[in-house]
Amino acid sequence: MATQHSRIAARFMVAPSVVLLFLWMIVPLVTTIYFSFLDYKLLVPKPSTWAGFDNYYYFLTDRTFLASILHTLAIVLGVLFITVVGGILLALLMNMPFWGQGIVRVLVIAPFFVMPTVSALVWKNMFMNPVNGMFAHIAKGLGLQPFDFLSQAPLLSIIGIVAWQWLPFATLILLTSLQSLDGEQQEAAEMDGASVLSRFFYLTVPHLTRAVTVVILIQTIFLLAVFAEIFVTTSGGPGTATTTISYLVYIQSLVKYDVGAGSAGGIIAVILANIVAFFAMRMIGKNLDA
Amino acid sequence: MARSTTTNSKVIVTIGAWLVGFLIFFPILWIFLMSFHTEGDAIKSPFAMLASPWTTEAYQAVQTQNSYGKFFMNSVVISVGSTVLALIIGIPAAWSMAFVPGKKTKDLLMWMLSTKMMPAVGVLIPMYLGFKVTGLLDTRTGLVAIGTLINLPIVIWMLYTYFKEIPGEILEAARMDGASLTSEIIHVLTPMALPGIASTLLLNVILSWNEAFWSLQLTTSDAAPLTQFIASFSAPEGLFYAKLSAASTMAIAPILIMGWFSQKQLVRGLTFGAVK
Repeated sequence: MATQHSRIAARFMVAPSVVLLFLWMIVPLVTTIYFSFLDYKLLVPKPSTWAGFDNYYYFLTDRTFLASILHTLAIVLGVLFITVVGGILLALLMNMPFWGQGIVRVLVIAPFFVMPTVSALVWKNMFMNPVNGMFAHIAKGLGLQPFDFLSQAPLLSIIGIVAWQWLPFATLILLTSLQSLDGEQQEAAEMDGASVLSRFFYLTVPHLTRAVTVVILIQTIFLLAVFAEIFVTTSGGPGTATTTISYLVYIQSLVKYDVGAGSAGGIIAVILANIVAFFAMRMIGKNLDA
Repeated sequence: MARSTTTNSKVIVTIGAWLVGFLIFFPILWIFLMSFHTEGDAIKSPFAMLASPWTTEAYQAVQTQNSYGKFFMNSVVISVGSTVLALIIGIPAAWSMAFVPGKKTKDLLMWMLSTKMMPAVGVLIPMYLGFKVTGLLDTRTGLVAIGTLINLPIVIWMLYTYFKEIPGEILEAARMDGASLTSEIIHVLTPMALPGIASTLLLNVILSWNEAFWSLQLTTSDAAPLTQFIASFSAPEGLFYAKLSAASTMAIAPILIMGWFSQKQLVRGLTFGAVK
């Protein structure tokens, strides 16, 4: 249908985006790979030298590295568990007929629009603070000892904060998916005598599978990179209790100014993210044909 | 379904749903309420705080002591600037991929998306050093540039899914009537695609407004947007609850309102069309 002329024009129109994204993807990444093989510390005034795999060795054998992988996994899996289970329950609830659906929907999705630094600091100070936080006030009101969330259970607290931000996303997508469920099919099954439970397991669950997969993949990409929430609440502490892989790379790079080790860590983070991205891309790619 | 739903169960569901909605929304409501009290009252127990006199003191303090307006303007310039630039670059690309698809179009789209999946820490050092050398550190220009690149794949993807829904026959008819490529895009395509372009704009402004990795790493004061300003409360001096509440309320209010308007497009934009 397209003429030769418009084909050429089309190439020109797509070119700026391709060139820009290519440069954005390749130039910094190649530079990071190059840096990762150098002994290059900004605080040491000596020319950088070739270091081979020393930086990778240093980064991978650092005790904090293994811990940071575990913390990253804990955050990703913890938040995924809460948001997927909570999201399914919430979506099912909100898909039932009740008064004021529009308003409740608006209330439920609101946390998604709160900037990460705001939600982290508000939870840290207004709710989790052991002296002035709301939870401390409630504990004192009940005659209990206030709990210092961010020093007693730092990782769980961060999981809680991040889950609050992402629960709306999961709920909204699962609700959208539920609403596209075929109502006639449901009714037919009901007339054939299928119970509520079997309708749920044989009709609703298979229908939701795809949406749940999308939620898991997209959230994982964002959760692997959680940064601001840790930066403003615990700064990776106490000790290294909440240091994730992203945060560890940041510390090596812009706190310790060890360009070599930071770059090696960055490349390791890229490799880990790519493993997840590989599955995400396949999933989204499949939907492109539909 | 409606047949089996009695009024009784509807009442129960209504109560349950409102309760859950209220609990999820509560932290936002609470900072809103707290922002209208003095610093001294803000750290009192919840009921004592609510009972204390209301004041807009905190809003004035944030404005005069912390020059809130500067950070707000930085946020506006960076989020709108990077979105509009991404749209200018992305509209022609999405147009050509949707209406003149080649063999490689699908691969190209997937590749564009894959740039979103690279973790920012992987390129932190080159970007930081590059910004330092070129003097872009702590400038709006630098952040708009990065924001444009971050937005571009989502912009192209969203526009592509919207453009795909426009029947190609209309464009062909325009071409038959002798419309040039430029006028085809401006006079035929753009008006039809306007709702799609508007929601792409809205979602990307929201995402850029809340972007909190590069804005924390690459700005300190001059170009610092609200994410960075709010982060400065992580090491505060003296009492700050009311000020943090006021600053937060003002930082999230515009985005909340925009977000509520774009609920439907949100799902599509964030799942790259995988869930509609």
